[in-house]
Amino acid sequence: MAYSEKVIEHYENPKNVGTLDKEDPNVGTGLVGAPACGDVMRLQLKISDEGVIQDAKFKTFGCGSAIASSSLVTEWVKGKTVDQAGTISNKEIAKELSLPPVKIHCSVLAEDAIKAAIEDFKKKKAARGR
Amino acid sequence: MKLPIYMDNHATTPLDPRVLDAMLPYLKDDFGNAASRNHVFGWKAEAGVEAARKHVAALIGADPKEIVFTSGATESDNLAIKGVIDFYRAKGDHIVTLKTEHKAVLDSCKRLERMRQERIDELKMLRLGELTGRDVTAEEVATLEIKHDLEKDEQLQRWISKVQTGARVTYLDVKKDGLVDLEQLKAAITDKTVLVSIMLANNEIGTVQPVAEIGAICRERGVLFHCDAVQGLGKVPFDVNAAKADLVSITAHKMYGPKGVGALYVRRKPRVRIAPIIDGGGHERGMRSGTLNVAAIVGFGKAAELARLEMADEAKRLEKLRTRLLNGLKSKLDMLVVNGSMETRLPGNLNVSFAYVEGEALMMAIKDVAVSSGSACTSASLEPSYVLRACGVDEDMAHSSIRFGLGRFNTEEEVDYVIDLMARSVGRLREMSPLYEMAKEGIDLKSIAWTAH
Ligand SMILES: Cc1ncc(COP(=O)(O)O)c(C=O)c1O
Repeated sequence: MAYSEKVIEHYENPKNVGTLDKEDPNVGTGLVGAPACGDVMRLQLKISDEGVIQDAKFKTFGCGSAIASSSLVTEWVKGKTVDQAGTISNKEIAKELSLPPVKIHCSVLAEDAIKAAIEDFKKKKAARGR
Repeated sequence: MKLPIYMDNHATTPLDPRVLDAMLPYLKDDFGNAASRNHVFGWKAEAGVEAARKHVAALIGADPKEIVFTSGATESDNLAIKGVIDFYRAKGDHIVTLKTEHKAVLDSCKRLERMRQERIDELKMLRLGELTGRDVTAEEVATLEIKHDLEKDEQLQRWISKVQTGARVTYLDVKKDGLVDLEQLKAAITDKTVLVSIMLANNEIGTVQPVAEIGAICRERGVLFHCDAVQGLGKVPFDVNAAKADLVSITAHKMYGPKGVGALYVRRKPRVRIAPIIDGGGHERGMRSGTLNVAAIVGFGKAAELARLEMADEAKRLEKLRTRLLNGLKSKLDMLVVNGSMETRLPGNLNVSFAYVEGEALMMAIKDVAVSSGSACTSASLEPSYVLRACGVDEDMAHSSIRFGLGRFNTEEEVDYVIDLMARSVGRLREMSPLYEMAKEGIDLKSIAWTAH
């Protein structure tokens, strides 16, 4: 299968690979996918008390398109509010990377990862508030 | 050393230059039709074909008259399975094969199963029509057959026993190393079994089956033995009489010959019969009609000759390269698992899972090296390799597998380059892998409630 230039670019020079401290109350961690399915994404967002995403890091087990999708969303979410980031859809990701139909699930996973990370952050915040 | 490096010799092999040289005259001046009996063009083509037939036969210890040329092993597998079932229907309609066979075998079997099922469904419709006294449609069968308890309906069962199309199939599990369990094989053969189809060597993990034992069991039980020998020929010794094989599928493009040409060996003593699946001018003693692809057949013959003469040395050389590759990878990487057995394995095959790294991503990283992967991402389906799964390899490890296929033209220098590139690429992808990080932290990945998608 031929990959789009953007997939190759993200795959070869992935942005924001790494780990944030998951114990940090301002870090939300989303871990989605399954090893048995061949892709697992971990997206971590550092979110200010005002709800602005200051940093994003990912690690992904998966094909080139999965790696590219996660790399792309780390760039997209930075500087956005949690609400803005929550509206990023898999369609936008797939379009940006020109993913073929068999790779759409990679973009779905990236969308899920954002939502899961925000969810985790909100849970932490709620727990703190109590 | 030239890039890209080809290390996918189970998919296909490059044409040996000596094969090309043998073919060229038949693509130029000697273009005749081997079936033209009345002029020199025909005679020359026929002579080329017959010389090739001898070489192909010699490679497997057969008589030239037992070789039927085909368009490749897919056709040979189809012809063997469907041809036997069609011809021996009066004797039985049951096939025994392995879950790890090539799709050409498995899907031929599946079609026969489906044909039989379609016929049974028609009979059910007719029977339900009788029982209800009205016209029953296909959609109604599912509900009505329970209501009328068709399973116990003697009339229907009598009709089903007369079904003349399709077949019943048993797909045997394999052991962890990919080998057939001979006791299971014996137990699976019934008085309705007409054919056992088991390959010589597997195309993914290189497992070499004990064909002599399989052939002996089949002969003793009076069933025919079809062997897809595609991957093993020219790599491991194979003789149709030692294996007591009745039908053998061969293809040229896995032994440095051209694509689109192969053969089916059909035993003459004791005589094995098959019904053709392609009708026409009655070429190849009526078993495979169609004008012979003379140049390709001549190339096939040359490839078979070279395989026979050079196999012993080549196998040793490939095994040495394979050992070098495996040891090199092991010395630079941890957490890698060899899939299949290291004992009964094709000399040029290595199939390794690099834990916590996905196969397609890895292939993208080593894009100057052609290999293949059992990862779902490299196939149209989302399922990882059925061969690895049948050997009990966990799905995540199947997604992480890479198949190296070493061949005649690979060098030590290439192997060293690949070791180095693999080590760097796996290292880079593991740094990017959440699973690797978790495993290093001592987290049991099996304890996590993953969200399947
Ligand atoms: C074991 C086996 N059988 C059959 C085939 C099909 O051969 P062909 O490509 O000649 O149709 C292959 C190759 O893909 C194979 O590896």
